[in-house]
This record gives sequence, C-alpha cells and structure tokens, in this order.
Amino acid sequence: MAKTEKIIVCCGTGCIANGSLEVADALEKEIKRQKRKVKIVAHVERSGCSGECARGPIVRLLPRDTVYYKVKTTDAKDIIDSLEGEPVKRLLHRQDGKFFEHMHENPFHHKQHKLVLASMGIIDPESIDAYIEAGGYVGLKKALKMKPEDIIKQVEISGLRGKGGAGFPTAIKWRTAAGYDNFPKYIVCNGDEGDPGAFMDRSTMEGCPHSVIEGMIIGALAIGAEKGYLYIRDEYALARQRIQKAIDDCKRKKILGKNILGSGKKLELEIVRGGGAFVCGESTALMASIEGRVGEPRAKYIRSVQRGLWDQPTVLNNVETLASIPVILKDGGKKYTKTKVFAMVGKVKSTGLVEVPMGTTLRTLIYDIGGGIIGDRPFKAVQTGGPSGGCIPEKLLDLPVDFDTLSEHGAMMGSGGMIVMDDRSCMVEVARYYVDFLCEESCGKCTPCREGLRQMREILTRICEGKGEMEDIEMLKRIGNMMQDASLCALGKSASNPVLSTIKYFRSEYVAHIKEHRCPAGVCPKLTKFVVNKDKCRGCCACSRACPTDAIKGKPKLPHKINTKKCISCGSCREACRFDAIETKGR
Amino acid sequence: MEKQLKKIISAYPKDRHYALAVLQDMQSKFNYVPEEGLKMLAEYLEIPESQLYSMATFYKALSLKPKGKHIIKICNGTACHLRGSMNLVSGLKRELGIDPDETTADGKFSIELVNCLGACALAPVMLVDEKYHNRLTLEDVPRVLKEYGRK
Repeated sequence: MAKTEKIIVCCGTGCIANGSLEVADALEKEIKRQKRKVKIVAHVERSGCSGECARGPIVRLLPRDTVYYKVKTTDAKDIIDSLEGEPVKRLLHRQDGKFFEHMHENPFHHKQHKLVLASMGIIDPESIDAYIEAGGYVGLKKALKMKPEDIIKQVEISGLRGKGGAGFPTAIKWRTAAGYDNFPKYIVCNGDEGDPGAFMDRSTMEGCPHSVIEGMIIGALAIGAEKGYLYIRDEYALARQRIQKAIDDCKRKKILGKNILGSGKKLELEIVRGGGAFVCGESTALMASIEGRVGEPRAKYIRSVQRGLWDQPTVLNNVETLASIPVILKDGGKKYTKTKVFAMVGKVKSTGLVEVPMGTTLRTLIYDIGGGIIGDRPFKAVQTGGPSGGCIPEKLLDLPVDFDTLSEHGAMMGSGGMIVMDDRSCMVEVARYYVDFLCEESCGKCTPCREGLRQMREILTRICEGKGEMEDIEMLKRIGNMMQDASLCALGKSASNPVLSTIKYFRSEYVAHIKEHRCPAGVCPKLTKFVVNKDKCRGCCACSRACPTDAIKGKPKLPHKINTKKCISCGSCREACRFDAIETKGR
Repeated sequence: MEKQLKKIISAYPKDRHYALAVLQDMQSKFNYVPEEGLKMLAEYLEIPESQLYSMATFYKALSLKPKGKHIIKICNGTACHLRGSMNLVSGLKRELGIDPDETTADGKFSIELVNCLGACALAPVMLVDEKYHNRLTLEDVPRVLKEYGRK
C-alpha cells in the first residue's frame, strides 16, 4: 500500500508566487484537524525549487512519490484524505491523455541527469542537517585530508569547465591561483545572474545553498584562500536570505570559521549584495563592485587569478560550477558526468529547470523534455546564452549542446538561458530587444560597445518601423564585427551576437521588413494589422474581452470585427483566440 | 534624518568595501539616497564625494530622487517580453498616468521597467514591493493596484 511519511511543498520563488505558502499552511491545518480520526505520520517540509515553476505550487508525497501540480488551498482536504489510498487524479501530471503519478516517469524528468539539481525539491534548504543526511559535506571531509594539488587533480580528471558561460577549465584556474605565493587570496562566487531568461543560479542558491558553500570551502582549500565573497544580485532576496542562513549554520557547526572541522584551516564567507547592474556579472566589474567602487570592467592584461580583488590572487567561479564541486570530491573525478542546467522558457510547453548531460541535442531538450511548442505551433528559433548569445534555427536543432559546438554556429551555450520561440516571434524585434537591453546596461567605458550598440539600436528600430533600407543589413554586420574585435570586455565583444546570428539565419525576415514593409510574425506594431478570419471565428468573445482598447466588437456566436483605428496592435486578441481566427497582414 | 543616517553609517566598519551596502541601506530606509547621506558617508570613509555620487548614479538599485511608497517592477526579461510585458506598461500608464521611472503625484506608486527577475516560468511578471504577481494580463492590472490601496 502506498505510504506517506512526508509531504513536501515547493517553496521556491516561482511556487511562492503561485501561493505555495498558503497551500503549506492549509495542509498543516488539515493534518491537525484530521489527527484524531486518521493515523498520519506526515509533516510538511519546505523545500527548494524542483524546476517546474510554471506548474506550481508543487506538492510531493514521500516515500510513495506522488507529485501534485497546481495545488490550491482547497485541495488540502482531498490530498490528506488520500495519503494512503489512490492519488487525487485531477492534480497529477497529464500528458497525451495519460496520467503520471511519479516524478521519474514524467517525461520532463525522465531524460534528465540531475547532479546539481539532485537534492532540490527534496531536502529542506534551510536545514543543514537535511543536507548532511543526504551526503553533504562528505566531499569536504575528504578534501580536508587531501593536499591542495590532489583536490585540483580530481577536478581536472572530472573535466569540469566554468558553467557561467566562458567554459574555462576550473582546474587550470585553481592551479594558477594556487601557484602564486602572494597572500591573502580570495575565492568569489558569482551569483550576479543577470541574463534575461536565466534562473538556474537563483534556484540553486535558494534550493540547495549548502552545495554552493561546500564548493567554495573546497575551492578555498585548493587555492589557499581564507576569505570568500558571494556576490548576489539585488533582486534575489530569498537567495541571499537562504545563503546567509547556511553560512550561519556552518559557523555553528564549525564547518566555517577559524578551525574547519578541527583541521586548523580557516575560511570566512561574506555576502555582498549587488547593486542592480548587469555588467557586474563580468569578473573585473564584479570585483570593482565588491571593493566599493563603480562596477566597470578593466582590460585584462593581467588576469584576476593573479591580481583580482584588492590586487590579490582571486578565483571567481559561477554558482553552478561551485555546486558541482562537492559531488566530484565525494565520488571522485572519474565518476563525474559533465552536465549543464538550463532554464528553458518561452513558448515551450513545460518550462523550468532542466539538467542534462553535455552533448544532449537541442531537439531532445525542447521536444522530449519540454514537450514541444505551446499549442503545437511551428518552432522558429531557440535563443541560447542570454543577450550575448545567438538565435539557432530549426535546421540546427540536432546540434549537441556543449561549449564549442554552439559557438561555431554563432551562438553560445552561455550560462544556460534557453528561450524557445515560435512562428509568432519576430526575429528583428528580438534582435532589437537584446540590443536595447545591452544599450541600457553597457557601462559606457569603451567606445565600440557604447556607440556601436546605440547605432545598432537606431538602425534596428528603423527597420521595425518599416523605414529601413537594404544597406542597413550590411551596416549592422560591419558594426557588429567591429564590436567583436575592439570592445574591452566580454559584454561588448559578444553584444552583437543576437544581431549577427539573426541576420545569418533569418535574413528573409529583415528583407520582408525592409522591402515589403511587413512583419512576417505579426509583432512589429507599425507593420502589422490584425484582422478576424470570418470563417474561423466562432463568436466566443474571448478576443473582445482581452482587447485593452475595446477595438473588437461583435455579437456572441457571430464573427467579430476589429476597428483598426482603435487597435494598438498589441496581439492580446491573437493570444486569447482558441480557434486561430485572428490573422495578421502588412499595413 | 541626520541621526538616522549616522546610525546606518556607523553600523559598518570604516572600509570602502561596505560603501554599496551603506548606500543600499539608505535607499531602503528613505526610498532614495539623500544628498546629506552621500556627504556624511564620504567624510566617514575619507573618500571624495564624487566617487559615491558616481556609484549612486551607476547602480540601478540606488536613486537620488525619492521614490513612491509602492514600487512596481515590471519584468522585461526575454520571456516576459515575449509574453507581453510591454502591454502591462501601457496598462499601468492608463491607470496611473505615469511612464516607467516616474512616480505618481500622490507619492504612492513608482514604476520601474527592470531586467529579468528570474521568474521566467511565470511570465509576464510584475513585482510590487516584495510580492510577485505572475501571468498577468492587461485585465489584471486594476485588480493588482487595488491590493495596494488604489481605489
């Protein structure tokens, strides 16, 4: 018979926004209320993110392993009633007419390989004992008995590369820093996750903060640092709170402090709250920010492993990289499978965090794990690597995802943001959006990035408004190439990727905007007119309810009509229509 | 105000490394960084005031002008952008009569258009103070504003 000892309610940012705290309270109340009648050994534990943020709040029963999605407070009674019996069917995952009770059967999880995400959504992120019980700090204990070089050797064997985007081998970075006889040295965790569409690091810090801390302690032992900083984004309040709790608990247990687990080794960790500047995710800008200055990058003639924070040797690793370290030390570098966590979002059915072995194809990610495109619309592109990445078209969907293959095709794996776009996404507008974003975030120190972005923004805006000329495409390419060659830091060097890759793979859309004054995706407002297809319209009134300007009129069950004078081309009606009756035309 | 500023500053050691943290504390206390605060912190850390001024204008989390009681952050990350975050901006403009980076005359609301809030699965997202409002459509805007005391 199915047994329930524990009820786990996901309390990541996503689920909290969906009301998981209220659900947890309702479950607790219901357990109390029923206690006299039913024997239940269940308690509610708050856990971190399990990655399926779009379908929260998520409630998981263990050890029977039943997962419920989109739970409401009103479902509490039914859940508690059925702890030992048949699952509540309406709350189970449903795909292609089948119900999935257990998490591992669900196609979203089935093809994943979870290392960094392994304990997320299972253990209580605010409990150090839960982390230790799940095998935490075993890697650290092993590392404490090893020589620094032996620790680095294990990391080298594992083949771990920096998961923040650049893919630099972690072992080489550590060995270089360890080689300098210049103290003090620092270890810094880069938690300034700024790429739009990426939330792997937020979830890791919220869901398993101890894995990051353990990774940092091991790194500090390897390079000989006694002070470390975690630079965390201003917007990530919950992540900061959970990391702080983890640091305090470690101090209490003597895992951090002046005598780590009786080994005589020292390490102090401190959180630095970011100031809301995208460029601070760049290594030298981040260090300037920690020092209490304006976060501008510097030229890297001398690398920061030699002279970083306060001109001392500094190792900077990304959150996910550090979170991968404990398992490498625990099981040995040989056993380590290289994985990467992606935040798959956009127009894909199952959005959320996905961890797969390196080399998995984009098709597997989007179709097998993600379940395909919302509404089964045609796939157009996937944007990887944040604003510095590129857009990959359908013909390249069978590319294996790793550091090198994607760069060869003008995109990059980057930190792991993955935005899926369908035929209703305009690639020129997407390029304009990224350039606009980077234009705001460019620190302005070097001319190629500052001025190049502004010029590109002007040209792209012109094209989106139907005022472009064919020479503009060549001009964009020239500016983009110049920026790649001449910018000071990686932000500027890669800033033109979205423009260059969309020109390379979606040139026809640029041409349609310029020559035909038409936006093929029906997005650019100045080039798009919305009309109702009378044969398809069933008169359900969904569009007229969605219209913000009351531009749609029509009687129920009769075809509706759009008043083009009132219409602001926002596309709300097209999103609302379930019969595909809203079509777009050029103006 | 001077007393409060002194209290904020003296909570930190005399080290430039804490400059950003002090400024952020001022921001959360007063909803902006007062000129007085920049002066006092510059004296305390013995650094030119101009350097603190450049920090206050560089970091988006800091503002030299007072902000509204409730701060509405509309996420314009890629996922939210694709799912219609700009529609929310126009909806708020219709309701409150202000654009992003502006504050209503009664000092109640400020609107900010921000980069990804890391809640892409819930797009489009609007963060009011510390609370996430997710999967919003234009129709939801008046309802959300009502929660914060708008009639």
